[in-house]
Amino acid sequence: MLALTNIRKTFNAGTVNEVRALQGIDLEVAEGSFVQLLGMNGSGKSTLLNAVAGSFFLDHGSIRLAGTDITRWSEHRRAKLIGRVFQNPFSGTAPSLSIAENFALAARRGQFRGLGWALNRRLMTELRARIATLRMGLEDRLDNAIGSLSGGQRQALTLLMATWLKPKLLLLDEHTAALDPKSADQVIQLTDEVVKRDRLTVLMVTHSMQQAVSLGDRIIMLNRGKVAHDFSGPEKSRLRPEDLVDRFHEIRRRELLDERAAELLRASYI
Amino acid sequence: MTLLLGALTIGLILSLLAMGVMISFRIFSTPDITTDGSITLGAAVAAALIVSGVDPLTATLVATAAGFVAGATTGVLHTQFKIDALLSGILVMTALYSVNLRVMGRSNIPLLGSDTLASQVSGLATRIAGSERLNVFGWLVSPSDLALLLAAFVVASLVAVIVLLFFRTEIGTAMRATGDNAQMVRALGANVELYRIFGLATANGLIALSGALFAQYQGFADAQMGIGMVVWGLASVIIGEALTGGTRSLGLTLCGAIMGSVLFRLLVAIALRWGLNPNDLKLITAVFVFAALVLPGLIGKLRSAGIRQLQPSREN
Repeated sequence: MLALTNIRKTFNAGTVNEVRALQGIDLEVAEGSFVQLLGMNGSGKSTLLNAVAGSFFLDHGSIRLAGTDITRWSEHRRAKLIGRVFQNPFSGTAPSLSIAENFALAARRGQFRGLGWALNRRLMTELRARIATLRMGLEDRLDNAIGSLSGGQRQALTLLMATWLKPKLLLLDEHTAALDPKSADQVIQLTDEVVKRDRLTVLMVTHSMQQAVSLGDRIIMLNRGKVAHDFSGPEKSRLRPEDLVDRFHEIRRRELLDERAAELLRASYI
Repeated sequence: MTLLLGALTIGLILSLLAMGVMISFRIFSTPDITTDGSITLGAAVAAALIVSGVDPLTATLVATAAGFVAGATTGVLHTQFKIDALLSGILVMTALYSVNLRVMGRSNIPLLGSDTLASQVSGLATRIAGSERLNVFGWLVSPSDLALLLAAFVVASLVAVIVLLFFRTEIGTAMRATGDNAQMVRALGANVELYRIFGLATANGLIALSGALFAQYQGFADAQMGIGMVVWGLASVIIGEALTGGTRSLGLTLCGAIMGSVLFRLLVAIALRWGLNPNDLKLITAVFVFAALVLPGLIGKLRSAGIRQLQPSREN
């Protein structure tokens, strides 16, 4: 479904602020697979997600999605294939528009927008039914500004919006990180439901080891812009949070060792 | 009475400007100074065409199109060349000053005696009424003034309805969301840059239309007439928001912009009548907009400070 081939991206190349965010990542994601991206700060997980979403163009490599090469596609063009939920609950919704109007936008994700009315009775009926499944009592407040809702409610609605038209790929960028624990649990549960029901292909960035082991069927661990480990199949299902933490420590130790070795070499030869 | 009718008519004509400013400033969250140039552009194009014998309706439409192009230019500078929105507006406004002089060939074109939309409306009204004076609820008014007011009202309402309907369509709703959260609109597959260009173009089209009608109403186009008009538009929008109580409803906001423009023009007419020096008008307008922008926040702060004083136990 999704195929990344040797993708590379360096920000601020040639300056003191140079960041080599992605350093040659190869990744194939099968249709219906739910992949978790794990990694420390600066490991490139969010950059990887943004590269797929098209927030910037790659320096090198290619991205294929659903059999199409989308490497040179603009962000808004890719939206035809990709649904997204952002870390910031404010990023996914237009606050001064009503709940219904926000969904009217989502209902035409990646499609031509013409001079037809944004809101119509059919959409409203469907909307009321689908939003009722959230059990948040929002189905009676469709005309309220979405900005008046809590972060958790907005994030749940954003998830529903991103999957209103079934996307070829769903990108979740730490979509529960800014929520309180209770809302985060609700949104995670909703994520699980929606993904299973629609059999979506998902790339999800998370900081939570618990989420990583309990959700999805594959974990990609990133480190310094490269794939450090790829857990899937039985290995992934047996995984416990402690195993992941151990793996992180191992990476950290190896890196420290690398640095110390380099220091040693420098000291003795230069 | 003539003064009152005149103030109302100008208020309604300038409500098109207010709606344009509302689109760029409120809907697209872009302070667009192109306004100062495009209102003059509208007046200049309409006047130049009318003087050279073009039918006034055609001249007005061409003037509107010219404003559309001016706004689109600002939009392209802003979105395609990544120039700050404010600076893009300043560049286009400055360039328009020369363009307007070129279009007019001099700094002022008088339209008195030419066939304009205003002269057509007054002519028609005088012919229908059959007299120079008409008794309306005990006041003697000229049918021509009354007809102009009515025509301005019809145009303003018509434009408001079209704008309202447009922003309720699929594409219009997406545009409203653009000013709110561009990232989200992009993630939902809309070309935000194109929307911004279109939004600025539409806003300036309306503003140029306002200028074209204004020139025909007052009987001349002048290269200086646009100075400070963006602030004028802002003042109208802000008064309108106060009148409609800061509602979220687009229809009410549009009504507010129209009412704000009329009320503001009325206040200005009264102030001038009371002996305000016209030269001080821009200063007062600017101070007014400043106060309108700052006061709500200040009042809120004072109020919350007051509440804190009343309930000192809260802090413990």
